[in-house]
Amino acid sequence: MAEKITLQVVRYRPEQEGRPTIQEYEVPCHKEWVVLDGLNYVKDHLDGGLSFRWSCRMGICGSCGMTVNGEPKLTCATFLADYAPGPIRVEPLANFPVIRDLIVEIGDFMRKLVEVKPWLVRQEEQPLAKGEYRQTPEQLEEYKQYSMCINCLLCYAACPIYGLDPTFIGPAAIALAQRYNYDSRDEGQRQRLDVLSQHEGIWGCTFVGECTKVCPKNVDPAGAIQRYKLTAAVDWLKGFFMPWGKGKA
Amino acid sequence: MATIHDKPSYTEFHPRWYRTRMSTYWWLGRSGYVLFILRELSSVFIAWFVIFLLMLIHAVSQDQEAYNQFLKWSAHPIVVTVNVISLVMVVYHAATWFNLAPQAMVVRLKGKRVPGLYIAGGNYAAWVVISALVAWLLLR
Repeated sequence: MAEKITLQVVRYRPEQEGRPTIQEYEVPCHKEWVVLDGLNYVKDHLDGGLSFRWSCRMGICGSCGMTVNGEPKLTCATFLADYAPGPIRVEPLANFPVIRDLIVEIGDFMRKLVEVKPWLVRQEEQPLAKGEYRQTPEQLEEYKQYSMCINCLLCYAACPIYGLDPTFIGPAAIALAQRYNYDSRDEGQRQRLDVLSQHEGIWGCTFVGECTKVCPKNVDPAGAIQRYKLTAAVDWLKGFFMPWGKGKA
Repeated sequence: MATIHDKPSYTEFHPRWYRTRMSTYWWLGRSGYVLFILRELSSVFIAWFVIFLLMLIHAVSQDQEAYNQFLKWSAHPIVVTVNVISLVMVVYHAATWFNLAPQAMVVRLKGKRVPGLYIAGGNYAAWVVISALVAWLLLR
């Protein structure tokens, strides 16, 4: 018989209660079990009404982000045994409205993501006959780190700026904008500049740096934002001293 | 006692989202936040050093009497205490920004990204060299 560990799960059932409450469950603490396994055990054996998001169980889908003992974590990569003897507090991600139990509403991020055009923008597509857009390993290296983002939103949960001012476009959206800005095949930098260089864009960030610390994929969104501040500042200086060249970048 | 929270106005088609507000003391929640707030606060001490320097320049530009007055005032225990605290905060300010520099500065040499340690190290080295130069100019 495996040892047991207590999960203190924050429940919110809007049809029953006006504010979240805490419910405790005892789950087996196998050494290979992660918090998500514990939650699935609860759902399968103890309380089928518990609601949470998950899919891949391997740190790729970005669905199972929750707050574990106060830290934003992917629950599929957070081992129960690391918190023994417990208890482990499982809460929904901070800074987002809670729909039910551990499920948060992420529509705000989805709308912001589209604003930064996270896809390859071309002025003109080259004809098919010319073949693929080829890249060197160095060109790939320029943006690869940012392309690892899985939209798990741990960075938004760790960002006090987003918590205090939800108009801030946020770490992942800016990192994903940079993923395309640094792509040699992309020509959309000018279009993204208008969204990113406003106050709610990069300038809202005060470089707290926690987004980078909690990122499970080592994307370094804080770095992406600071690099863009430099880009935007240089662009502004160019426009100020050489107004005739504006719009060509 | 019944509160508004006891009567959820929930219907199947109008989900009622629960929104939390950040506490005024959010910055005490994580050690990273505390260090960040300290870094932001350290700017105040930078401003104080600028004011102190301007006061010194003003005193020097007057006469010997004004300069001696300034020196006497600077030696007051309260001013010394404020300046010692300011020095600690200014060093903290500089060190934290130097440590963050590698994230903002991505330098590539022959296609390879220069390790962050070298970028931060370069900043620290420049700091030491410039400080030594200033010290040499003033103390020689």
